[in-house]
Amino acid sequence: MPRWLTEDEYGVLTAMCERLIPADETPGATDAGVVDYIDGLLGAFSFDPPRIWAGGPSSGRFGGTPGFATFHPLTALDELAWRTRIEGSLGRPEREFNGAVVGLQEQYRSGLAMLGPDFAHCEGEEQDRRLHAHSDFTELVYGHACEGMYGAPEYGGNRDGVGWSNIGFAGDVQPRGWTDREVSEA
Amino acid sequence: MTVDAIIVGSGPGGSTVADVLTAAGWSVVIFEKGRNHLIDLEDPSRLLGDYSNDEVKFIDRYFLGPDPFLEPRTFRVSPDEGDHSFVGEVNSIPTTVGGGGTHADGKVPRFREEDFSLLSTYGPQDGASVADWPLDYTELEPFYTDVERRIGVSGEAGANPFAAWRSGPYPMPPGPSMYGSKLSCAAAESLGFHPYPAPGATNSEPYDGRPACNNCGFCAYFGCPTHAKGDPVAMLQKALLSGNAELRPETFVSRIRTDGKRATGVDFIGPDGVEHSMDARYVVVAGGAVETPRLLLLSGLEHPLIGRHLMTHFQTIVVGGFADLRLHGERGRAVTEVHDDAIVPDDGSRAAAKEAGLPWMRGGMVEHGGPALPILEAKIYRWGRTHKENMRSSPMRDRLWAFTMQGEDLPVPTNRIDLDPTIRDVRGFPVARYTYKPHPHELAASAHHGPRLAAILAEMGAEWTSIVTSPGTPGGPGDRTSEHAPISRHVMGTARMGDDPATSVADSSGRLHQLPNVVIADSSVFVTSAGYGPTLTLAALAARSAAAMVG
Ligand SMILES: Cc1cc2nc3c(=O)[nH]c(=O)nc-3n(C[C@H](O)[C@H](O)[C@H](O)COP(=O)(O)OP(=O)(O)OC[C@H]3O[C@@H](n4cnc5c(N)ncnc54)[C@H](O)[C@@H]3O)c2cc1C
Ligand code: SF4
Repeated sequence: MPRWLTEDEYGVLTAMCERLIPADETPGATDAGVVDYIDGLLGAFSFDPPRIWAGGPSSGRFGGTPGFATFHPLTALDELAWRTRIEGSLGRPEREFNGAVVGLQEQYRSGLAMLGPDFAHCEGEEQDRRLHAHSDFTELVYGHACEGMYGAPEYGGNRDGVGWSNIGFAGDVQPRGWTDREVSEA
Repeated sequence: MTVDAIIVGSGPGGSTVADVLTAAGWSVVIFEKGRNHLIDLEDPSRLLGDYSNDEVKFIDRYFLGPDPFLEPRTFRVSPDEGDHSFVGEVNSIPTTVGGGGTHADGKVPRFREEDFSLLSTYGPQDGASVADWPLDYTELEPFYTDVERRIGVSGEAGANPFAAWRSGPYPMPPGPSMYGSKLSCAAAESLGFHPYPAPGATNSEPYDGRPACNNCGFCAYFGCPTHAKGDPVAMLQKALLSGNAELRPETFVSRIRTDGKRATGVDFIGPDGVEHSMDARYVVVAGGAVETPRLLLLSGLEHPLIGRHLMTHFQTIVVGGFADLRLHGERGRAVTEVHDDAIVPDDGSRAAAKEAGLPWMRGGMVEHGGPALPILEAKIYRWGRTHKENMRSSPMRDRLWAFTMQGEDLPVPTNRIDLDPTIRDVRGFPVARYTYKPHPHELAASAHHGPRLAAILAEMGAEWTSIVTSPGTPGGPGDRTSEHAPISRHVMGTARMGDDPATSVADSSGRLHQLPNVVIADSSVFVTSAGYGPTLTLAALAARSAAAMVG
């Protein structure tokens, strides 16, 4: 079950992300769970603490105590900022001190609607045509898709680190780090 | 309660002052508007484990602040653009305990002797307020030595033929060179340049109870998970462990209170959202060169030069692509070698200056480095069929090497920080507005030195090279001058120091001429910008000013 998207929206967004970062001989957006990253951001406040900042100092992937999975609690001001960014200002004065803010949830809901309910079933070329026709939304989603593909798996995407292993990137390496030799030689 | 000193800001400047004052037995309260992710305030001998190798958290989600929704800034190139042309993230240095010291990658060179006497060494430039500093290198040298020890700096004395004299060795030897840096240094040397190990605020060996850097590579823009960085941690920890200091995070100082002749304390808003005040014998302002003039202006202080002469560094970024090399810039600190050849005028730069109609020109320190982060890389490529292939072959990360020249930026009176007339921060206070346009000197120096750096990359084997600048060069590639502020996070000059109250805001010890118990302890007091990162110099000045306070 998605955290915030509807099942239909989840389907459209899955097709969209696979078009943005398609699988070739290596996994693409769908295999990496990129949509779960985005759904996790849109629904960040359905987790406690909200899924905004993963913890530290290490993930456990290279030793150390796994801390990433324990998310940081937010202060009142941080909650204000991230709720406004995600939910929008919704006419609330404390969120509108510099004017109204359109939240990510609204941008996604209306953007996915613009792509059309049949988007997932269209041919690739037609999908691309629609993505180009709504390029602002497409660029927004592409940015998030990159985060979901190559960000830490604790945020919901980059499943099993496939985004990283595919490109030969080690990911977070603390507390191991790199030896002097690994730094200085080819 | 009246404390001896209130310090506004816990970055490298404020922390240095806190360390010196508390060691002399002064009672100190440090106010920091950002959150604390550095030190356990209950038990300051313990450091926190909040920093991590996490690109989403630090780059995409403002973990170290400022969040541009809560604390935006505004920008315009000139008043012709109206109140502002951009609102949001402008040149933000972290707002957190430790300030920008926490996520700087810590190249901390000293300035050279002549950097303190630009006017008498080279003479004036039209349209700029070139001036000498009210102190010279010799006066500052002992404080450079002092703060290099406090921070923990690694480096190799004598490796840079252009360096100022120093009274002793660096506290630590240099750490390991990056692979790409070894190649770019060899190419630079073969063309007659003089690269050397960057003086680094990163431990090359265990130092002061903290471990050696393990080269994790998530360095610039990240906090150090193992606390191997010489961020202000050591100074803050000592100040807190002395028992004489209290650190209050999430607390914004909104006003310096005065009785007309002297400051009496500050007003502040704590995590409870309520305004309080506190009395103090001294108020030390170390908010950084953008927030410091903002606070002076919010406090109603009037001096025509507050906020003026805003300087950054004019960045010339020269990149080269290498089809046959994997440079793995993600291993090691962000920059391990630099060279200073562009700082010192030679026949070529003298001729270029003449041709540009300038009396002289200076470039800046050149950093050798490579990109490290895959999300940033991914966003550069287009979406679609080519995405994965691009990410695997990695022309914009693993096969890229770069030079960044931190070009000296001349002090221009119309480049300034003031209060934006309409945009507010979350607490309701006017935000800082940045009005900035480079002087022709910066453009000419960049145009001269950029191709020389590209030639080094070509010598190193680059298949292609490209030059961009920040801010953009008018009419040139990447001309985004009117859209964005400079990306350089080196900000200086907005409360310049001098002996004459008519032409300067503070004296050589950082004291405001008009309120002598207000001491500025950051790069706001810089008279000129040199071509070096400001942090070590601002810390040395802060140590000197604090020493003057305790007498
Ligand atoms: C990615 C990056 C890399 C960098 N690399 C280098 C480098 O290699 N070399 C170099 O020399 N410099 C570097 N810098 C710049 C360096 O971070 C700054 O020069 C340095 O942090 C300035 O120190 P400061 O103490 O003056 O101010 P800051 O570090 O900006 O600290 C000021 C603190 O004061 C707080 N504050 C401000 N106003 C108020 C207020 N009203 N009330 C309460 N608190 C307030 C802020 O929240 C902040 O934490 C880099 C910066 C960045 C972002
Ligand atoms: S490279 Fe070194 S100093 Fe930088 S964050 Fe990693 S361990 Fe810390």
